[in-house]
This record gives sequence, structure tokens and C-alpha cells, in this order.
Amino acid sequence: MARIATLPGRLAALGVLLTVVLGGALSAHAEDARDFDALVAGLNAKSFKSKIKAVDAVAASGHERAADVLAVFLGGKLFARRSDGRIFMTERSGGVYLLTDAVTGADAGQAPGKKLRKVRVNNRVRVAIRTALGGLTLLSPDPAKRSAAADAVFKSPNAGFLPTLEAAIARETVEKIKIKLIMTRAAVQLKTGKTDGIKLTAIGTLSDLATPASRALLAGVVQAEGGNAISEAAAGALAGIERKLAFWNAVGNIFQGLSLGSVLLLAAVGLAITFGVMGVINMAHGELVMLGAYTTFVIQEIFRTHFPDLFDWSIIVALPCAFAVSGAFGIAIERGIIRHLYGRPLETLLATWGLSLVLQQLVRSVFGPTNREVGSPSWMSGSMEIAGGFVLTFNRAWIILFSLLVLAALIVVFKKTAFGLQMRAVTQNRAMAGSMGIRTGWVDAMTFGLGAGIAGVAGVALSQIDNVSPNLGQAYIIDSFMVVVFGGVGNLWGTLVGAFTLGIVNKFLEPFAGAVLAKILVLVVIILFIQKRPRGLFALKGRAVEN
Amino acid sequence: MNTAVPQRRSGFSFLLTDRGGRILLSVLLVLIIAVPILNLWVPESSPFHVPTFVVSLLGKYLAFALLALSVDLIWGFAGILSLGHGAFFALGGYAMGMHLMREIGGRGVYGNPILPDFMVFLNWKELPWYWLGFDMFWFAMLMVAVAPGALAFLFGWLAFRSRVTGVYLSIITQALTFALMLAFFRNDMGFGGNNGLTDFKDVLGFNLQSDATRVGLFIATALLLALSYALCRLIVTSRLGSVLVAIRDAESRTRFLGYRVEHYQLFVFTVSAALAGIAGALYVPQVGIINPSEFTPANSIEIVIWVAIGGRGTLYGAVLGAVIVNFAKTYLTGAFPDIWLYFLGAMFILVTIFLPKGLVGTLPAFPSLSRKSAAKPRPVSPGAPPVRQAAPGE
Repeated sequence: MARIATLPGRLAALGVLLTVVLGGALSAHAEDARDFDALVAGLNAKSFKSKIKAVDAVAASGHERAADVLAVFLGGKLFARRSDGRIFMTERSGGVYLLTDAVTGADAGQAPGKKLRKVRVNNRVRVAIRTALGGLTLLSPDPAKRSAAADAVFKSPNAGFLPTLEAAIARETVEKIKIKLIMTRAAVQLKTGKTDGIKLTAIGTLSDLATPASRALLAGVVQAEGGNAISEAAAGALAGIERKLAFWNAVGNIFQGLSLGSVLLLAAVGLAITFGVMGVINMAHGELVMLGAYTTFVIQEIFRTHFPDLFDWSIIVALPCAFAVSGAFGIAIERGIIRHLYGRPLETLLATWGLSLVLQQLVRSVFGPTNREVGSPSWMSGSMEIAGGFVLTFNRAWIILFSLLVLAALIVVFKKTAFGLQMRAVTQNRAMAGSMGIRTGWVDAMTFGLGAGIAGVAGVALSQIDNVSPNLGQAYIIDSFMVVVFGGVGNLWGTLVGAFTLGIVNKFLEPFAGAVLAKILVLVVIILFIQKRPRGLFALKGRAVEN
Repeated sequence: MNTAVPQRRSGFSFLLTDRGGRILLSVLLVLIIAVPILNLWVPESSPFHVPTFVVSLLGKYLAFALLALSVDLIWGFAGILSLGHGAFFALGGYAMGMHLMREIGGRGVYGNPILPDFMVFLNWKELPWYWLGFDMFWFAMLMVAVAPGALAFLFGWLAFRSRVTGVYLSIITQALTFALMLAFFRNDMGFGGNNGLTDFKDVLGFNLQSDATRVGLFIATALLLALSYALCRLIVTSRLGSVLVAIRDAESRTRFLGYRVEHYQLFVFTVSAALAGIAGALYVPQVGIINPSEFTPANSIEIVIWVAIGGRGTLYGAVLGAVIVNFAKTYLTGAFPDIWLYFLGAMFILVTIFLPKGLVGTLPAFPSLSRKSAAKPRPVSPGAPPVRQAAPGE
């Protein structure tokens, strides 16, 4: 297959061996195999200098087994048989070595350690192997390997790669990798090109590529050339790249911010209902989120043991289950504790805090104090590089979407259903609602159950990106309160704006201030903001405020 | 509201007009006299000997009692539920810890006469400006009260001026202590990061490990608790105290009567924070360490439950609650570590539902007290609308 790669792999390999290689390329297949045999045997040469030459020759042979042999050599698992000097790839198993013939790849039985001698390798040889492998894998049948190889070559451009690159570009069928390879070729040309014309063309090509690597390369060129046309062209391209990178960096920050915001939104939206609509401070809200996450864990365990084929659906099944579990807990909390404390918000706060301690300890007793493993379904894992170093991770994207869906569903419930109407009526004027025949106690319990159920659903989402441990809820409770207070109590839109604002502000501060300081700054800003608008961004107005 | 505010008579009568306070002061007096004798002069073989670790444990409880007292002053009498009082406590503790660190001098592991060990470790060259002056005892003692007081003044000035009250205030005080915790965990803050300040050697030249110093610290704690109680009592029995209770029960109405509500709140909040700082300063030499975990919001909420269990709005009830809960904590975390959180959680729930007046307001042992000075009673009817305060204020 890899006949094209028979061109020299490294300039350093030119010499006597070059003729052997070229000769080998032109000869018949059997002859080729025999030559490869000789090349591999060369790896066991006496001096390291000859070994390096042999490595280059093996790489340049383009033989289909070349990459395998070199990788094993790099790992120090290449051994020579003492009796005849035949080279084997080995795998240690108990007291003996399992042998694979290096040249043919055939199984060659096993041998005790004393019959073998290790093919020695030192650091200079390792460097040579790595470089050679970089060039070789450019032609690998696996697109991911080709892509990684192109990145590797880009970082250490070397004229020796040019022929392989040309070959790779000619064969490449995947558009994205092809562009990558062309960029890599340009990088090599810029670094090693003989004429200014080649270099300028290379700069022109590279200016379309906005990555940190291209920035570093061009910045290096600007410094090295100093004042001539090439340096100017590179500086111009560099400025363009900087602009693009800054743009994609901002996009990345916004995505990260939206992602953090969606997490905050999920954690806070249930609180917005219980705190905002009912005026109940539920400090156990975080623990209801935690229960949702543990429900996900239990459901996944059931799927793992009984229906492993349907594992991708476990999350979907977990959603209603988590809603039901947390919702049931919520209704029990409302009926058992909060009902007795209406009109005493500070006492409610204390009682629910106590409840959160009990729930934490309960989960710790049942599931143990350590983190539990919750898997991601295949359609949620993975990521996609868009451009300029901006990577879109699918689970984050799904959670952003999911948080918005949850919010939309809640708004529909509030505005379009009879239950929502009753809920709003009780919020606005409890006595009047009661005298119109609404069972306010029942509405309270259901509202609280709804808020708690949403917390459980949030737990399913959080289990995908955070550790599922008894402390899961604690980590979110202060942030969720900040979101609700910032956004304005009793207003779901406020919660939405509050969550995403805090998320994005946090992520934009992080590069300058560091993660911890950014968080402190955000907290301080909220504390100051509350002074200005004590009732949040979207405050309720009128008589309801004084309740 | 039936909170009786005794009228000030002459002299120290304000201290002795309530029975709980008399009992508290008597108990403290007995402790101040008995503990040193039982520890230092009764031989160890005697069953009446009080070991030194018990002295320090008692001292720790009394420091917590002072902290609870400071919370009761604002929550019980002004209706300000601070969920960040642990922050003021920790700040006072850090001020004390900084002095003790400076007093180690050249005896640290690195033997640097100026810089504490952790700064040498972080390769710092000179003392940060905010550490200057802490080698002087009087300055450190001033800072113990002034640092938390100043923070409380600034925070309170911003909050009360904008009429941030009730649960909003509780939540942002919680954010305050959370932010401080994150800040103090950072190494480059210059407060020892994760490990905090520890390895103290002596205070005012007295070895911190010696029995006599431990007893001395205990006496200082008991005395300061008694003095602080007197101060709080002075405040709540004064005319200012009456206004505070009025604010607690009907803030808008008090404002419409012409009182500058925020001034009263700010004053009492600042005093309370300074007291909490003093409690922290007494706590640190007795336990030998101060680290950022003192800032965790959970700690601050726990203080509130001490007060609630003891009896809110009574001062001595807070002291009782702090001692009882901490004794239970020492016992339970040692004997049944898994039970402690269940116990603490259950306390929160049961006390708020069934003991709204706390132990001193409920137990038959205190019949005459429950009538006199109980926490503000609110109607406890299921699903009932909250009591409307005056007219809408805004």
C-alpha cells in the first residue's frame, strides 16, 4: 500500500541507505520484504548512530509494518533472538515472552528471557523514532491519527516531512484533514523554504489558520527575520490571526459562560419557584438536586445489570424518575415541616437547613461517602472543534439546551395551565384565592413538589458534568440563591437572565483573575448590587413586596 | 409583643433584674474560682482534679457562648439573622493568630525572626503591610475587635441603608462569609492559605502548653463573657434596646415613627461583630489553630441553632444553647460520629417547629422566665398568610 512513502523520510537518512531504499521501492514485492527484513535487522546495529539511520530507513521504506515496529521499538519491547539475531516484538507474560515476528507480524510462539537480548535504545534514538513516526502516521488509514500527526509535524516543522506531506495531501479525502495538511506543509515551507517566494506564499496560506500554534510559528518568524519583507508579511498575518483568535476566545468564553449559566439556571429554577413564588427559603434545595443525581445513578445501575444494550436511554428514563423522587420528597417536606412554619421565613430557613444535613448524612449512610460513577450516553459524549481552538463539548451543549427546555416547560405550566393559574393566584393574594375556592394548602404542597421535582431533574443533568457525592447539593446552594436574589424573586425570566449573566461574567473574569478570585469578585459584585436593587433585577412591584 | 423591656434603674441593676442573667453570672463566677483551684492545686490523683484538656474544652465552649451571645444580640433583639457571623469570629481569630505567629519569632522551623514559616516557604521577602503592628499585643487586641467591626460597619452600612433585611440579608451575609472563605484559602492572601495559622508557642511570654496559661486563658474567656453579657444587657435594657425590639417587630412602623432604623441596626450589628471577633480571639489560643474552614457557611448557620435551642432574645439562653450543643457535639462526634449530623439536623427541625422559644422559654425549670422575655411569637397556623406589617413601605 504505502509505496509512495518510499521517498526519503529524513535528509539525514540520505547516503548509502538511500540507494538501498530507492532500490527497494522499485523492486518486486518479495524483494521488498527481504529488504525490509534487512532494514529491521539494522535496528540492532552496534552504534546508536547506525540505529538512527536504520530507524529513518525503516520509516522511509513505507512498509505497512514500519509504524508498528518503530512504536514497539520506542516502547523498549523489541528483542533480538540470541541464536540467530532475528528481531521480535515481545509481550511479557508470566516468566516467558510472547513473540511476534517484527518483519512479518506472524505469531512466533514464546521464549524464555535468557534466549533474547533487548534491542537497546537511547534518547537520541527515541527522538529519531518519534519524528519518524510523526511522518509515518501522516499516511495512517485512521483519520484521527493522520490529524494528530499533522499537528505534531506542525509544531516541529522539518524539511524531511515535505515529500510525505505532499503524498498525504494528494491522498487525503477528508476535507478538514486536508486543510490541516496543507497548513502543515505551509508551516514546513515557511520554516525551511529556500526562496522568499515560497515563504511568502506559505505565510499567505497560514494567515487563514487561526490557532495558537500558527500564532507561535509566525511570531517566531517575525522575530527571526527582523525587518525584511517576510517579517512584515508575517507580522501582518499575525495581526489577523490575533484578531481571529481573540474572537474565538470570546466565543469560547461565552459558551463556557452559557454552560455555567445553564447549570446555575437548572440549580436555581426550582429554587425560584419555592423561594420566589412561595417565599419559602428551602436550604435543602441542593439536597433535592443531589437526590436527583443519585436517582440517575440507581437507574443506570439497573440498566447496567438488566438492559446493558439500552444504556443510552437510561438518562431519558432517569428524568421522570428523578422528578418523581425529588418531588415526593419535596411534598413530604412541605407537609411535614414547612407547613408549620409559614410566615416565619427565618425559621423555615433553619429547619430546612437541618433537613439538608439529615439528607446528606442519609445518602452518605446508604451510598457511602465517595463519588459515584454516572456514565454519559454515547449521544452526549464527545466534542467538536469548531475553529480557533474553540471546542464544543456535546454534554455541555445538551445541558444548555435542556435547561432552556425546562424553563420553557415551567413557563408554559405557569401561564397556560389551571394549576399555574391557581399557583399565581395564591402567590398574589392568598386570602382572596382561598375565598374563591382554591385549596391553598394543596396548591402550596404541589408548588413545592414542582420546585423540588425540577431540582431532581437538575440533578440528572448535573450528574453528567459533576461528581455525584453527598456534597453535590452544598456546592450549588449558595450560587443558586445568588442567582435568584440577583435575578429578582418571583420571576422566572429574572432567574434566566441572572443565571446566564453570572455564568458569562464569571467566565470572562476567570482569565484575568483566576477561577477563585473571579468567584469572589462575582460575589462581591452581587453583594453591592443588592444594595442598589434590594429586590433584584426584575423586582415584583406593588403590595406583594411587603409580604 | 410581650417582650418586657425592664426600665433602667440606677447602677448595675440592669444586670440583676432577670433571673437567668443572675444564674449565668453566678455560674461564671463559680467557674472562675473553682476551675483554677481544681486544676492547679488539687493533685491529679484526686477525683476532683480537672485535667487541663477539660479546662481548654470549657474555655472553647465559653468562647462559643460569647459568639452565640453576639448572634442573639442582633437576631433576638433586632431581628437581623446573620448567617455570616462565623466570618467575624474567624477574623478576630486571625487577628489573634497573626499576633501569636509574630510572637513565635525566630523559633519557627526556618528560624526567620520576622517572617512566619509559611511566608518563608512561599519565598516571600518581607512582611505584607497588613501584618505590620501585629507584633504588639495591644495593637493585635485592638484589631481583634476593630477588623470584624469595620467589616460589619461597611457591610451593614451598605445593606441597612438600602433596606436589605430579612432573608435577603441572611443570604448575602452567607455570601459574604463564603467569599471570605474562598479568599482565605488562597495562598497569596498572606494568611497561610489552606493550613491557616498554627504552631503557636506562647502568648505574652507565657507558654501556651503550660497548665497555668491554659487556666489563665479560661479565666480571661469567662471574664470577657461576663463583661460582654453585661454590655449586651446594657444595650438591650436601654432606650436603644427598646427601639431595636420595635424594629424587630415592626420595622416599617418604627421608621414611620421617625426613627432612623438603619442607624440602630448598623450600631448593633457592628457591636455584635466586634463581640464575635473577641470570641474568635479567645478561641484561637485555646485550640491552637485558625484556618479558613472557620469561614464555611455551615459553621455560621450552626451558631444560629445554638441560639435557637437555648432561647432567642434572652442572651443567657444563647450561652446555654452554645454550651449544650457543643457539649453534645464533643460527645457525639467522639462516640457515634455517624449520628452527629442526624442529631444536629433533627435539632434544627424540632427546635424550630416545637421549641420556638428555645429551652429557657419552654422547660419547666424556667417557668418565670418564659413569660418575661421570649422570642417574638408569631402565629403558627398552617398556610396562614404572614402577618402584614403596617402599610407597604415602598
